[in-house]
Amino acid sequence: MTETSTPRTRFAVPGRIAVSNRAAARWQTATLTEIRRETPRAASFRFAVPAWAGHLPGQHLMLRLTAPDGYTAQRHYSISSAPDDSGHLELTLDHVDGGEVSGWFHTRARPGDEVAVRGPLSGFFAWPGDRPALLVGAGSGVVPLMSMVRLHRARGLTVPLRLLVSARSPEELIYAREYGAETLPVFTREAPPGVPVGRLAAAHLAPVLAERPAGGWEAYVCGSNAFAEHASRLLVAAGQPVDRIRIERFG
Amino acid sequence: MNVTRDFTGRARVHNPGLPPGQYDAGDDWPVLSAEVTPDLTAADWSFRVDGLVERPRAWDWDEARALPGSEYAGDIHCVTSWSKFGVRFGGVSLDAFLDVVRPLPTATHAVAYAHTGYTTNLPLADLTGGRAWIAFEYGGRPLPPEHGGPARLLVPHLYFWKSAKWIAGIRLLDHDEPGFWEQNGYHARGNPWREQRYAGD
Ligand SMILES: Cc1cc2nc3c(=O)[nH]c(=O)nc-3n(C[C@H](O)[C@H](O)[C@H](O)COP(=O)(O)OP(=O)(O)OC[C@H]3O[C@@H](n4cnc5c(N)ncnc54)[C@H](O)[C@@H]3O)c2cc1C
Repeated sequence: MTETSTPRTRFAVPGRIAVSNRAAARWQTATLTEIRRETPRAASFRFAVPAWAGHLPGQHLMLRLTAPDGYTAQRHYSISSAPDDSGHLELTLDHVDGGEVSGWFHTRARPGDEVAVRGPLSGFFAWPGDRPALLVGAGSGVVPLMSMVRLHRARGLTVPLRLLVSARSPEELIYAREYGAETLPVFTREAPPGVPVGRLAAAHLAPVLAERPAGGWEAYVCGSNAFAEHASRLLVAAGQPVDRIRIERFG
Repeated sequence: MNVTRDFTGRARVHNPGLPPGQYDAGDDWPVLSAEVTPDLTAADWSFRVDGLVERPRAWDWDEARALPGSEYAGDIHCVTSWSKFGVRFGGVSLDAFLDVVRPLPTATHAVAYAHTGYTTNLPLADLTGGRAWIAFEYGGRPLPPEHGGPARLLVPHLYFWKSAKWIAGIRLLDHDEPGFWEQNGYHARGNPWREQRYAGD
């Protein structure tokens, strides 16, 4: 990093992030190869993108659909697959009521369809697997966090990683089958027998923060703006330093 | 451009005020900060202008609010694709601050920085001539904390990541120096009409 004359941003871009500007500036064709249902409202979409430059867990891309009259709709989507999936990547989309882009994916898309993507974007929310990671997500906010969990598994990393994921009910918990001991689900409307119902609270965070791994946790919070505000305030109140909380807001 | 099979999109009204790739967010005002919303009160807030200026200086809340007021009424555009039409911000023109510190002729660029540590770079020409504000109010009310309250920079002719929330200061430089998102691959200038979203656009 070269000397800068202005106050350095307190948010460090994590090490070894290769945000390739050239790759991010270029639209590429992504071919849908597989659709996997995750919950009644969410599905994962696997794409072949042969010249994809690779990504780090936590990064997102911009996706564009084009109508016959040239009208386009573009949206951001986090990447759910781990890196090392050469030439392929996966997204997981919630079906938003009346949603223009998610609606197309959930009601029209089929293998062989082509869409345009550019990215990967934003090195800020990325986690290269280097520091203890405390991941907190709600709803489809778990998507970029899952990429981190998958990287952690695929590489057999020993750096501590914990995931707190909030969902309305067990039925709506995305990636439910994939979670292991690293994950604590929190259910806000309906829970399995014996599990309390309620939103993410200080009591969920306390035991994880008490673990105090060497170097401390890097916290990654993802979800709606309302959830991001709630979760980040809980983290700050529990003693997590503000400049070690990274937030991705889906809007 | 490849047409997406079976995609027609929503009914659309041609809106000449909408830059390419943007949609009208209507009454929504999405929040897109990467950091925790700070607990920053007016009493804790200050704003400093320094670097290549004759007389660097800082203003506290009361001093800044005592400068002649100036309004922006118009549109705003965020790089994440939403635009908002006919919004009204109340504040002080950045010219009022610059008139006091007097930029040196060598000053060509600026870095705006926030009380959170966020930074963003701008050509000085984008901050002068009645094109930039320090905004304290939105729609006649105090600016909400998640939108940068008590005070944010407002540069409405550029994508909104340039309008640093919780503004703490502006440093004038003789060169361009990428800020937080610009180091993360965003465009150096961010003109919505040219769709300058990411570096290389
Ligand atoms: C960084 C980032 C990562 C994201 N990752 C994911 C993810 O992994 N999974 C996921 O499911 N979602 C994700 N999202 C949300 C996603 O980008 C879309 O907002 C979501 O899929 C809904 O889009 P839609 O076109 O289906 O719905 P729309 O209803 O068409 O749009 C959704 C929202 O965007 C606004 N909007 C956009 N375009 C228009 C338009 N033309 N007219 C009216 N309103 C419009 C509306 O305010 C609406 O609330 C992410 C968002 C961000 C910013």
